[in-house]
Amino acid sequence: MSSAGTGSASPSALEQQRIAHARQGRWRPLPLVRSQHWRWFINLSVLLYVVLAWLSIDVNWSRVAQGMERGQDFVGAFLRPDFTSRGGEILTGLWESLTMTFTATVIGVALAIPVGLGAARNIAPMPVYFFCRAIIAITRTFQEIIIAILFVTMFGFGPLAGVFTLAFATIGFMAKLLAEDIEDTQKEPLEAIRATGGGWLQWINYAVQPQVMPRLIGLSLYRLDINFRESAVIGIVGAGGIGATLNTSINRYDYDTSAAILLLIIVIVLMSEYLSGYVRKWTQ
Amino acid sequence: MPVKHVKDVPVWQRREPLKQYAIWAGWMLGGMLFLLCWKVISDNTIWEFMYDAGTQAGSLLGRMVPPDWSITGSLMMPLWDTINIATVGTALGILIAFPLAFLAARNTTPHPALRALALGIIVSSRSINALIWAMLLVTIVGPGIFAGMLAIALRSIGFVGKLLYEAIEEIHPTPVEALSSTGASRTQVLAYAVWPQILPAFAGISVYRWDINIREATTLGLVGAGGIGLQMNAAINNLAWAQVATVFVLIFATVIVSEWVSAKVRHAVI
Repeated sequence: MSSAGTGSASPSALEQQRIAHARQGRWRPLPLVRSQHWRWFINLSVLLYVVLAWLSIDVNWSRVAQGMERGQDFVGAFLRPDFTSRGGEILTGLWESLTMTFTATVIGVALAIPVGLGAARNIAPMPVYFFCRAIIAITRTFQEIIIAILFVTMFGFGPLAGVFTLAFATIGFMAKLLAEDIEDTQKEPLEAIRATGGGWLQWINYAVQPQVMPRLIGLSLYRLDINFRESAVIGIVGAGGIGATLNTSINRYDYDTSAAILLLIIVIVLMSEYLSGYVRKWTQ
Repeated sequence: MPVKHVKDVPVWQRREPLKQYAIWAGWMLGGMLFLLCWKVISDNTIWEFMYDAGTQAGSLLGRMVPPDWSITGSLMMPLWDTINIATVGTALGILIAFPLAFLAARNTTPHPALRALALGIIVSSRSINALIWAMLLVTIVGPGIFAGMLAIALRSIGFVGKLLYEAIEEIHPTPVEALSSTGASRTQVLAYAVWPQILPAFAGISVYRWDINIREATTLGLVGAGGIGLQMNAAINNLAWAQVATVFVLIFATVIVSEWVSAKVRHAVI
C-alpha cells in the first residue's frame, strides 16, 4: 500500500503535523495511503463506481415485496425440513452424488499426478512443462457447470457426464497445487537418489513422492469436499446427483424439501471437514 | 532399518512388513470402493449415448469454430453486469462477513454462544454454492442481477468469514495486552491492536474472493440471475454453438484479467 504514498506532503512535515495534533490530544493512526491527492482520487473513483453500479441494478421492488412471503417461507422451512415426503428421491440423489464425488476424485487425482509432475519446473523439460501448464490453465478457467453443459451434450444425461466434469475440474486444481509443491521440495534428496544411479521412476518414487505425499493426501481430501459441493450444482444441467432433486424442489416452491437437502449437504460437508482435518493431522 | 534376509544376504526394505501389509490392504479397500462406486455410475448410465461421444464432440467443436464475433458488441453490457454482480456482491459479502468474523474468532468473541451461531452461519454459507443461492433468490426476489448480487454475497460471507476469523485467531497477543493495560476500551483494542494485524490478510482474502466471484458470476445467468450467463444460456438453448464459443472466449479473457489483477494486489499487500 505504501507504494502509492508518493505525494506532495513530505513525510517529515506530515509527521510533525501528526505530533502537533497528538500533543493537543487528537492522535490519529497513519493514513493507509499517504498522499492526500491519492486518497481523494481513490475515494472519488470508488464513489463513481458505486453510482455506476447502482444505476445498472434494476430492482423491481413490487416483485421483491411479493417474493418476501416466499423468502419467509424459505427461512421457515429450515425450522421444519421435510426429509420424508420425497425421501426416496433425496436418498437416490445423495447416493449418486457421493459415488460421483468419489469416482471423480480418484480419476481426477490419478490424471492430475502426471500432469502435476510435468508442470513442475525442476523435474520436467521445457516442452513438457508448457504443455502441462496449458492443460492446467484450460481446466481451471471454466466453471464446473459450463464443462458439465458440454459433457452432457457429448455423453448424454446422467452421472457419467458428472463424473467426467468433476474429474476434469480436479485435474487443473490438483495438478497446479501439486506442481507448486514439487517445485518447493528440497533438492538434496533429489540429488542423492540421482547420485546413487537410480532411474527416473526410482527418483520420483524415493525422492519426490515422500516429500509431497502429506500435502497430496490433504489436497485430495479437500478436493473430495469441493467435488461433493459441486456435485450438488451440476445436477441442474442434467449431470446427475442431488442437484436435480434440489432444482426440482426449488422450482416447485417445495422449500421444506429444499431445506432438508441443503441441511444434508451442510452436514456432510461438515463431517468431511472434520474427517479431513483428522487425517491431515495424522499424515503430517 | 527394515531388512529382509534373502539367502543370508540382507536386502533393504522401505517399510516394516506389517506396515507394508497395512498399506496394501488400504489400497485394496480403496480400489474395491472405487469399483463399487463405478458400478453404481455405470448402472445409471445409458451407454448407447456414449458410443457416438467422439463424433458428438467433433461436431460440437466444428460448430464452435470459428466463433461468431458479430455478437461481441451486444455482449459488452452483460459483461459489465457480470463484473458488477461480482464486485457489489463481494462488497456486500465482506460487509456482513467482517463483524461475523470477530464474533467467530475465539479471542475476540463476546460470548461462546454467539461464536457457535457465527460459525454455524459461516459453515452454512460456505457449503452451498452460489448457483444454488441464485436459484433460491430468483424465486424470491425475481430474476435479474439483484438476485445474482445477493447470491454472490451470501456465498462470500462464509469464505471471507472463515479465512478472516482464522487470521484473527492467529494474531500476536502482545499488542492486545499492551493496549488493554493502558485502559483502552474493547473497541479501541479492536481498532488499534487487532485491525492493523489482520489488514493485509483481509485485503488479500477480499481480492481473492473477488477473483473467484468473477468466475462464478459468469454462470449465474444459467438460472436467471443476470450477467453474461443469460446470453450463454440463450445461445445454448438455440444450439447456436458459434455464439457460445464467443461467450467462452470473453469469459476466458475476463477471468485471465481478474486473475492478473488479484495476483498483483495480493503481491502488493502481502
